[in-house]
Amino acid sequence: MPNFDLAKTPVRELNAALHRLSPSTNETLWTVSNPCGEHSIAVGVDADITINIHGNAGYFCGGMNKNATIVVEGSAGQGVGENMMSGLIHVKGDASQSAGATGRGGRLIVDGNASARCGISMKGIDIIVKGDIGHLSAFMGQNGRLVVFGEAGEALGDSLYEARLYVRGPVASLGADCIQKEMRDEHKSELIELLKSTGDAFKVDVSEFKRYGSARKLYNFNIDNAGAY
Amino acid sequence: MCGIAGLFLKNRALEPRLGELLTKMTSTLCERGPDSAGFAIYGVGQDSKTKLTIAGPKAGYDIEAAVKRLKREVAPDATSFVRYSHAVITVDEKDVPKVEAWLEENLPEVNIVSAGQRLEIFKEVGYPDDVAKYFDIAKMSGSHGISHTRMATESAVTTNGSHPFSTGTDQCLVHNGSLSNHASLRRTLRKDGIKIKTENDSEVAAGYLTRQMRDGQTLGEALKSGLDDLDGFFTFVVGTESGFGVIRDPIACKPAVMAETDDYVAFASEYKSLTGLPGIETAKVWEPKPATPYFWERD
Repeated sequence: MPNFDLAKTPVRELNAALHRLSPSTNETLWTVSNPCGEHSIAVGVDADITINIHGNAGYFCGGMNKNATIVVEGSAGQGVGENMMSGLIHVKGDASQSAGATGRGGRLIVDGNASARCGISMKGIDIIVKGDIGHLSAFMGQNGRLVVFGEAGEALGDSLYEARLYVRGPVASLGADCIQKEMRDEHKSELIELLKSTGDAFKVDVSEFKRYGSARKLYNFNIDNAGAY
Repeated sequence: MCGIAGLFLKNRALEPRLGELLTKMTSTLCERGPDSAGFAIYGVGQDSKTKLTIAGPKAGYDIEAAVKRLKREVAPDATSFVRYSHAVITVDEKDVPKVEAWLEENLPEVNIVSAGQRLEIFKEVGYPDDVAKYFDIAKMSGSHGISHTRMATESAVTTNGSHPFSTGTDQCLVHNGSLSNHASLRRTLRKDGIKIKTENDSEVAAGYLTRQMRDGQTLGEALKSGLDDLDGFFTFVVGTESGFGVIRDPIACKPAVMAETDDYVAFASEYKSLTGLPGIETAKVWEPKPATPYFWERD
């Protein structure tokens, strides 16, 4: 069980060790102590392992993650799980801005709040935030699901493509081309499936959520808007 | 990049530790701004006295000689001490214009870094940890303080181009970001009687807030007006004799995180700066919302 103490070892050595792992490695449980907000912890991992980070992570924690399970026992800075491909990142505290940005797959769970631009340009990732999210979240979201137990800030889903947004609390405002949509049974089942993965399926009432999606009016150039350019 | 840390103490028992806590917070932000660093400390003041913090154009300038001459020629009753490259001179409030005019006339290379009953500013080119050590910030006490680590973008790396900037009595500002309309705004402010000494964009923001408050706005109102009048991106942390304020531009692209307990309000560019504060585990921690002024006043 490898343990890296970032008070003694530079983060580059940790990441280099993680990058050397083969997919069939039997070193499957890693711990990182004294992260103290260090940036780029466990970035670019491609192995089915679990990494427990005991403390607060800085920017880009778990970026580009493939297959690994990364648990942050604290808060995470900007861009946690940015462009992740698969696997799971679980932040036990809050996440700063751009959580899960451009994520292509896998699941990002934030137990606390996520701030501005959560899920910006998401492309297939599932993001579950148990607190609130900040302004401009899911901006240009193309695919994947964003579930928020609390409130959303200004301009939710601005210029949204096909990402699906479920928010339980109030939304400060919707961005351009983002609209509230009917919550049909298929969406409730989808939400229950997502909540099962976080162990919240029977704690949270899915009928309290509202669904938001794209009005699909910005997909194609509209000649009536030519004067605006 | 740039890094900002700020600490506003609600519990007076912590005041002797202000410098130590602010130094620790700043130390985590060295890599965000390795060019220069500065500290604004609101310490003890005396009624009808003003502290002028002065510095030469760069470290190594003989500030002691400047102080001696100043005392001999214009301010015989002044008290003073030297802290590394800066000197703090305490004079009667009514003598401030006289001293300022004398400095401008006789030692134009000497900059008045700050003026106020309680404010002292120490800033210098160098790695932030070293700058804090040179000035021995850790030993300073006070009610609130703001620090900055600079990665220069809009103007040169000099002592005077370092943050914090002070353009009004007991007022100071630090900035992360850059402003696009600083040249035109600088001209307007100079016409309105605000002294702006450098070509730095952040000093213009400081001057802008000074003018707004001079013309009757509260700190909170001045911050709000800035949203309309300052073009660019910014996270500002500002201090006044009794207050501490924060504002981010409407997009909020520059990072900011805050923590509040019964004992203090703290600001930092990154969460890691807050981790050494007492009671941070149970503090209320949040990221300030865009285009929303936050400010606190001492009782």
